[in-house]
Amino acid sequence: MATITSLVYLVSAALFYFGLKNLGSPKTARHGNIQAMLAMLLAVAITLLDRHILDFTYIIVGLVVGSLIGIIAAKKVQMTAMPQMVALFNGLGGAASTLVASSEYFQLPGQPEMNVLATLALSIFIGTITFTGSLIAFAKLQGIMKGSPITYTGQHILNGMMVVASLALGTLFVMEPDNFDLIVGILALSAILGVTSVIPIGGADMPVVISLLNSYSGLAAAATGFVISNNVLIISGALVGASGLILTNIMCVAMNRSLANVLFAGVGAAHSDSGGGSTEKKQVTRYTAEDAVVMFDNAESVIIVPGYGLAVAQAQHVLQEMAQILMDRNMNVRYAIHPVAGRMPGHMNVLLAEANVSYDLLVEMDAINDDFKNTDVVLVIGANDVTNPVARYKKDSALFGMPILNVDEASTVMIIKRSLSPGFAGEDNPLFYDEKTMMLFGDAKKMVTDIVQILKG
Amino acid sequence: MSDVILMSIYIFVLAIFIGFEVITKVPPLLHTPLMSGSNAISGITLVGALLSTGAGHTMAATALGLFAIIFATINVVGGFMVTDRMLDMFKKDKGK
Repeated sequence: MATITSLVYLVSAALFYFGLKNLGSPKTARHGNIQAMLAMLLAVAITLLDRHILDFTYIIVGLVVGSLIGIIAAKKVQMTAMPQMVALFNGLGGAASTLVASSEYFQLPGQPEMNVLATLALSIFIGTITFTGSLIAFAKLQGIMKGSPITYTGQHILNGMMVVASLALGTLFVMEPDNFDLIVGILALSAILGVTSVIPIGGADMPVVISLLNSYSGLAAAATGFVISNNVLIISGALVGASGLILTNIMCVAMNRSLANVLFAGVGAAHSDSGGGSTEKKQVTRYTAEDAVVMFDNAESVIIVPGYGLAVAQAQHVLQEMAQILMDRNMNVRYAIHPVAGRMPGHMNVLLAEANVSYDLLVEMDAINDDFKNTDVVLVIGANDVTNPVARYKKDSALFGMPILNVDEASTVMIIKRSLSPGFAGEDNPLFYDEKTMMLFGDAKKMVTDIVQILKG
Repeated sequence: MSDVILMSIYIFVLAIFIGFEVITKVPPLLHTPLMSGSNAISGITLVGALLSTGAGHTMAATALGLFAIIFATINVVGGFMVTDRMLDMFKKDKGK
């Protein structure tokens, strides 16, 4: 039986590998998810048949309750709240690792081996950091906590000391496993660390943090695998841990910032010297929906640049309605998707897909950036930092070096925004004050609805 | 260090290397579904939770294990469903 279990675990691990691989490519992504689901089913099923399991009552209760909660949560969540949902699920996974390790603590044999104790402590450490860190990420994205970074002097040194202290407690624990206080100590320190490591990171960077925490939860699972000597946990945990790190790196590259910069630089914090809330009154002309329609009437090519504001205003449906009207008039309409537009990579894609925007109208930044100079009208809706030319030259700006959409190269730029307030980087956008820019102030949904009315009328 | 532990370390290290290689050139479009999918996979902790709870030892161990099962199951079921919802959006488009 043990052999069969091991073999099924191997098949399961292989399927996880293929699942992850296929999730990375648009054509095979759906297959990938199904393969991963199958892999999980196999692993769980063969485990339930394992002779080690004596008492099924609690197991059934747990599985049923967990499934119900998971299904309800997954069905009810809005597409725009996906990022924080992933954070929440991830946090629960981390908590699960901590709980399994704790449970194992109470089942330790008389003379536990050193490696079991070490990985037990590690499991609790990583699992708890993942849990509390994910909760903070959830709070920031959900708006329960303010998005801007919370910084205080010496915080990184403090965090560092907590890590060292945890390591010390862990080492002590390996030598003195009967001392339960050590476990409590590790739990407390890691719980605090999860919070203090994530609060200095701005809300806009949460996707990277979630990806990193995702990697951690994989490592926590692997550590738990070492505790109970279970290979499928070790392999799958390692797969997720490593691939999560690579994905985190990919996301950082898309923002042209290093991971260290994201985690430690406190980007987006309210600096007194930043351009945010500038006191000098710069000239800005307010344009109206009627003006926008006039521009559309004379245009042949249009590029729409969506941003987080589009999601907040839930204007994606009327936006597509507008785009369809323009396309019916034989105008070339496309959506330019910046890699970090929105609260999560792919956020805009999911949002627009919800509005039934055809796949081929969504163009990635690299593919569309050269087309701006040949475009008549650009409509920026709910986006800001991704169009800010300051990123090209202002060396001390948080945005510096981030690749942006060459919106300023178009003939006319129309920006729909609620006010002149800066984006997450706290950097004012010179595009607002440019002569060829038409600022359309107002709620995105209302503005676009007005435009649609006039276009139809 | 026993052979079993050594073997586990080998497997772990090799799996890490594979994990580094499996994700290459993912279009930004798929970053979120991929993150959600791999998050669901990290719910493999459920297997550990099942073994821990099912061993039928002390009440403390079983109670902790029960909550571990609940949380891990939410992670798995919710995670895969949410990933499927995201991927489903793209599929609908292609049918147009």
